[in-house]
Amino acid sequence: MSTFETVIGLEVHLQLSTKTKIFCSCANQYGCAPNTNVCPVCLGLPGTLPVLNHQALLFGIKVGLALNAEINSFIKFDRKNYYYPDLPKGYQISQFDFPVAKHGFLLIKSSGQEKRIGITRAHLEEDAGKLVHDNSGSCSLADFNRTGTPLIEIVTEPDLRSPQEAYDYLNTLKLTLQYLGVSDCDMEKGSLRCDANVSIRPIGQTSLGTKTELKNMNSFRAVKTALEYEVRRHEQVIASGGKVVQETLLWDDEKAQTRTMRSKEQAHDYRYFPDPDLVPFTIDYKIIDGVRAELPELPQAKFLRFLSQYGLSEYDANILVADGGMADFFEAALKEYPQAKKIANWLGGPVLMELNNRKAPLAELKISPKELVALIDKVEQGVISNLVGKEVLTFMLDEGKSADEIIKAKGLAQVSDDSALLVIIDEVIAQNPAVVEQIKSGKPNAAGFLVGQAMKKSGGRANPKKLNELITRRITGV
Amino acid sequence: MSPHQLTSHALLDLFKSRQITPAEAYADVVNRIKTIDPKVKAYVHMAQGEPDFNGAIPVPIAIKDNLCTKGEEITCASRILKGFRSPYDAGVIEKVKKSGGAILGIVNMDEFAFGSSCETSCYGPTFNPWDLKCVPGGSSGGSAAAVAADEAMWALGSDTGGSIRQPASFCGIVGLKPTYGRVSRYGLIAFASSLDQIGPLTKDVRDCALLMNIISGYDDRDSTSVNEPVPDYTKALVNDVRGLKIGIPKEAFVDGLDPEVRRAVEDALNLLKKLGAVIKEVSLPHTPYAVATYYIVATAEASSNLARFDGVRYGLRVQPKSVRKNALVDMYEETRSQGFGDEAKRRIMLGTYALSSGYYDAYYLRGQKVRTLIKNDLDEVFKDCDVIMTPTSPTVAFKVGEKLSDPLSMYLSDIYTIPANLAGIPAISVPCGFAKSGLPIGLQLMGKAFDEEMLLRVSYTYEQNTEWHLKKPNL
Repeated sequence: MSTFETVIGLEVHLQLSTKTKIFCSCANQYGCAPNTNVCPVCLGLPGTLPVLNHQALLFGIKVGLALNAEINSFIKFDRKNYYYPDLPKGYQISQFDFPVAKHGFLLIKSSGQEKRIGITRAHLEEDAGKLVHDNSGSCSLADFNRTGTPLIEIVTEPDLRSPQEAYDYLNTLKLTLQYLGVSDCDMEKGSLRCDANVSIRPIGQTSLGTKTELKNMNSFRAVKTALEYEVRRHEQVIASGGKVVQETLLWDDEKAQTRTMRSKEQAHDYRYFPDPDLVPFTIDYKIIDGVRAELPELPQAKFLRFLSQYGLSEYDANILVADGGMADFFEAALKEYPQAKKIANWLGGPVLMELNNRKAPLAELKISPKELVALIDKVEQGVISNLVGKEVLTFMLDEGKSADEIIKAKGLAQVSDDSALLVIIDEVIAQNPAVVEQIKSGKPNAAGFLVGQAMKKSGGRANPKKLNELITRRITGV
Repeated sequence: MSPHQLTSHALLDLFKSRQITPAEAYADVVNRIKTIDPKVKAYVHMAQGEPDFNGAIPVPIAIKDNLCTKGEEITCASRILKGFRSPYDAGVIEKVKKSGGAILGIVNMDEFAFGSSCETSCYGPTFNPWDLKCVPGGSSGGSAAAVAADEAMWALGSDTGGSIRQPASFCGIVGLKPTYGRVSRYGLIAFASSLDQIGPLTKDVRDCALLMNIISGYDDRDSTSVNEPVPDYTKALVNDVRGLKIGIPKEAFVDGLDPEVRRAVEDALNLLKKLGAVIKEVSLPHTPYAVATYYIVATAEASSNLARFDGVRYGLRVQPKSVRKNALVDMYEETRSQGFGDEAKRRIMLGTYALSSGYYDAYYLRGQKVRTLIKNDLDEVFKDCDVIMTPTSPTVAFKVGEKLSDPLSMYLSDIYTIPANLAGIPAISVPCGFAKSGLPIGLQLMGKAFDEEMLLRVSYTYEQNTEWHLKKPNL
């Protein structure tokens, strides 16, 4: 089957986290009771008119600049006409021939290779409402809270060559968008949605094969699986002498298969035309430059800087950069405590584990960079062991107290007092005569086992360095 | 004279001298409606509740059935909007209420303002107060008839291709379509968004200036409204046209122009000349394409504007008993089939076609280009003219039913009024005589964008030197 090449293009819809909706003053808010976050404008009541939310435009420009795209200073909106009960005006306000951004690209890393994925365009539009289908099947209910949420649709060139590349592109794109602070990029809430166009062609052929469009993937993983399924299906159709039919397909995640939504013949004629309610205008280049000046450092630049500036490994830099909040936290901590590797280890290890366990972003955890540094310092000073340090972190996050308070309150400070440690050591020596013999016969490394045993008995509180010293001295007399 | 027979400014004088209260005047007009409206049928329903008359200009007013008024059923005279009670006030309604305006009721119109005769209304036709066998014009036929029959002191209408001026002309009153962007469209149920404009229908030019003072101004809820200062329009009421240049387009005096209308307009021209105006023959070479252009652009926008009437959220919903395609598509089809009248369906189909993939460039795009040419023609003439004068309509009011089955001839009755909408400029119709049949004739003046003052000045001067506006129909 390797005689075919896969060609994929992706369309990502991203909800922009402006304060209000794109054409009215309703709050841009998720999770309200149905039809409570609406007004005559977003309900499309007769006589109402849209007014552009300037912030949505600025966010659109920001996304365009981050995707290395040209910004159209001529701002124009068009109507995309179609009927659906979740679309109150019978048309969606979108951008047709003058998208806010065009001709951009995003650099991704896939299978160790860097690759440039072309961005055809990114345009602003309004989101539709949501239909809730009654379980009995007797009716559908419409919720218009989502109607008018600002969206930017980001369309790639057909530059992706495998489902894995598509997956890697989506992750890089999401990270970039998160850095911009224009969206929470939460697929579960629907703030990021992805449709995929896929075709295959014999290797060497330059023209594109017949494509199918895939919809209804609810995670990046699902996008990848659906694409893998669809590529196999195309290959099978062609291998059996058939032709791929151009159509739109829905991905069924449970059955792990696609099914037809509409054929090419059923495709809508959207009858795009300029929305006469929104007068086109030209934005001053100074506004665009202003947005450019405020662009944050993007993940790729940050990654390279972390390598060169702090001498981090690619592994560490990747972990930190993969979460913009963590990268910032790292740099803040570094100001207090100039030990890049140590901080990176803590963030990429225990802290990341806590984040995963708690399913919360770093910003929501009850710990500041200063507090984390104080904890690391306790470990480095030998006040507590590394192991206890992780426990202390958990307590800190649970209770919102400082490392010092936790250590004192719970009596977790390391026992470095010789007499207390010697009591434990003598017990361990008595219980492990064979190991003692090994050490005596010139294998000092065997002491490590005894240290471990003693540590266990101390409940992790013994100072391991001190234990090692004392055990060796006790046995060899040195 | 009874209060209802007065102009609004005369009534305001009586309020000032405390000879009558606003409530008494309101009651008098309501009484007039009760007596006369069974014949004229201007109103589709009376307003809910009593007005509070709080404001400087507590004058009874009639509102066209396409201006959203809180608590009122607003239907655009269409079955598809039956039962829609607006939960909000249009920008102009807010302004009218703030000025103390006392809303009498909601008046008839052609369905969705599609028509020039007020016959396509789901409520049935309104009749011309000068001859009840004739149409009042349209689409603001209810507004014009109500004012002409003294069933309202003044009225608000909307004008997309002549819908204020043509009925004003047919009913012998004053009607002004302001510059596009002068009056907020927020709350006007859209026909063609790039052409629609709300404006006054009044008994004389002074009332027109007064009502313009109330409704004009920027509204941040309408992106097409323009943030230009609003002058006091009554200051423009100067009885002097000396030295003003009036352009007469040679294309205006074409075949199909009723000789009586022609004579009346020529008489008006001669009068203005005698009063000191300079008359210039000018040319608007692209205006012969105006009607065709209009019916592309206006129907294209209408086809999209009317998409929201789908039975899902408000108004009519019809669910056929047996399933034909699927429940949703069946509901759409049946609701829209039963909800829209023939003319609405015709225009939705025309507009849908004009925007279709493969036809867009040939129709909509080309239409917009011709529109620019027409605007350029007018701009060129206004370099050397203060106003352009034409008849408002090629004929006087026609008989009810006469043109209903001949849409093309109906469309041609807007031949003089359409260019102002395409170019976005202001235009006014003022009474300029009567045909032998006794039906009124109107003349149209077009002006530069945001120069309503010039239109008011020339109209006022003409009115001060004629008596056409003082005549009343016998009802």
